[in-house]
Amino acid sequence: MFKLWATIKKDFRLLVRDRAGLLSMFVMPIILVMVITSVQNSTFELVNNNKIGLLICNRDTGEAGQQLIGAIEKIGMFRLVTDKEKIGEDQMAEAMHDKDVKLAIGIPEDFSARISAKAKQVSAQALKGLGLPEEEGDSSGISPSPVTLYFHPVLQPSFRQSVRGVLNSTLQLVESKYIVNDLYFRIHEKDIPDSLDNQILNNQVPIREVAAGRNGSSHIPNATQHNVPAWTIFAMFFIVVSLGGSVVREKQNGSFLRLKTLPTHFQLALLSKQIVYISVTLLQATVIFSIGVWIFPYMGLPELHIPGDFIALLLVTLVCGWCAASFAILIGVFAETQEQANGFGSVSIVILAAIGGLLVPSFAMPASFSIPMKISPLHWCLESYYGLFLEDGRLKDIIVNILSLLAITMLMQIIIFIGLKRKNLI
Amino acid sequence: MAFMNTLAVHIENLSFRYPGQNHPLFNQFNLDIGSGERFGLFGPNGAGKTTLMHLMTGLLPYMSGEISLLGKKVRPHDKTINPLFGFVPQDFSFYQELSPVENLEFFGAWSGLSKSAIRKRMTELFFTLGLEEVRNKQVRKFSGGMKRRLNLSIAVLHEPQILFLDEPTVGVDVQTRHAIMDYLKELNKKGTTLIYTSHQLREAEDLCEKIALIDEGRIIAHDHLNTLLTSHTQDGLEGLYISLTGKSYRD
Repeated sequence: MFKLWATIKKDFRLLVRDRAGLLSMFVMPIILVMVITSVQNSTFELVNNNKIGLLICNRDTGEAGQQLIGAIEKIGMFRLVTDKEKIGEDQMAEAMHDKDVKLAIGIPEDFSARISAKAKQVSAQALKGLGLPEEEGDSSGISPSPVTLYFHPVLQPSFRQSVRGVLNSTLQLVESKYIVNDLYFRIHEKDIPDSLDNQILNNQVPIREVAAGRNGSSHIPNATQHNVPAWTIFAMFFIVVSLGGSVVREKQNGSFLRLKTLPTHFQLALLSKQIVYISVTLLQATVIFSIGVWIFPYMGLPELHIPGDFIALLLVTLVCGWCAASFAILIGVFAETQEQANGFGSVSIVILAAIGGLLVPSFAMPASFSIPMKISPLHWCLESYYGLFLEDGRLKDIIVNILSLLAITMLMQIIIFIGLKRKNLI
Repeated sequence: MAFMNTLAVHIENLSFRYPGQNHPLFNQFNLDIGSGERFGLFGPNGAGKTTLMHLMTGLLPYMSGEISLLGKKVRPHDKTINPLFGFVPQDFSFYQELSPVENLEFFGAWSGLSKSAIRKRMTELFFTLGLEEVRNKQVRKFSGGMKRRLNLSIAVLHEPQILFLDEPTVGVDVQTRHAIMDYLKELNKKGTTLIYTSHQLREAEDLCEKIALIDEGRIIAHDHLNTLLTSHTQDGLEGLYISLTGKSYRD
């Protein structure tokens, strides 16, 4: 026990005297978590709370264009900027820039006429189908003129897609209103009452959103719940800069060689390093989670909600820490220089984070990444944390993830042992 | 001096080849070093001196043959022989970020010493090797001589019966060299076998009673230094060395 304690003391002293290592393990990740959560939170608020500027150029001479604008306004997603001068198509980009908006809609001149004609055609066909007398009815196909959606190139495809979906639903609403009006007119030979007309536009079936968490939880996830666990994992694995470098230094300066001449087994040195650096990862998680709970609200960010199953949280953090320490030692054993350990270690963590779903959600990754994703230890760390932080799961819900992580860690331990043997260090 | 009659090192039919090399560096190599001797191992660069030391200390695994230290076999390397010897490597094999006290606390524990034994030995060694005033300072800022003395003090901390010294005085000033040599002779008087290699031949002449000259993994001369000088009609180790190994570059 004295030997282990002396070794832990030595490793702890080396750690606290490695200022660059401490900076990379504590200061940088804290800044990273704060910056990324703030950025993602502002994106989240942009979509959910702030209204997105939308320039509308209504060239329509009838009422349908105005009704479409009304329907878009009712959705509440956009801050409408109406163009009064009816600018041309070729001036839209400049107008968007002038009015500082990222989206614009151009409603064509014949929008009402086309919608009306299409409604008449559809209602005539409907009446014919019911065996009722039909009046006029243009049997030729009427294709409505397109409504043009202009977007700034910085907007992501997924965002454009959702705006397009919103626009489609409002267009359908206006089209449906015209069809119903026309049917009503043909049947009753008078205009539809205003009250009924308004119902078409206003009384849509409401949508209720429920976050499908585990164990009956329905917390709405936010940028903090997503980012704090993800970047904590990233920080844990960044111990590679300090630990990997420390292993390389000990190999290079001959300390390992001298240890081999002493009557103590080298495994003790590895055990000590793992104990010290797992403690570091626990401290990192505690500091980052504490910032999420107590500091974020002061920064205008959502407070971090700590999962109910604290034992599971501690276990996941321990296993993630062990995996991160094993990864760092693995890099240190195989790297020949400190530069190699730092460079390869850092880049490989970014790659493992990318394929593990830290940078892009795993469900959004291409199918070809499904196997590499499962090899990334960061993926299993993230899945475990998300099971707790986003779904409010219990230990039983994430046990498969923990076991997968343990399997990867054991594999790394075996490779470390083989590497040390091959390099004649044990 | 209880072990004076046994062999400190016994090497029999040793064969060793570095991975990837076609020819073995040592082939059927034999050498005996008596207990309590001050033994010098010399030869040109690449002759195999450091490799032989690494084989004797179990740092490298040999292919066949046998090496024993004080009658105990080096292989299989199960660490039972490690308390018998101390090793002073060429490099500064300690932690530059730590102080001499912190280094000795750690290496002492790994040598199997108790906390109180480490403290006692530390006081003795720091006094003898002139590290008392810098005992709590970070080694990184030390001079080459101070680092050499610390390198030595770690190796002798557990009072080994055999001390392997691989170039223990490289890059030190005259004062430190004398201090180290005096200390080594003192250790030898107390019974420690010294197995020493260096390119400092004058220093070697002063320290070693018996020597072996090796070249390309073979012993080309092995006896008491005075006997060898007489038989080869040389008045110094350098002359003997040149007469046996030639003047051409070896690396």
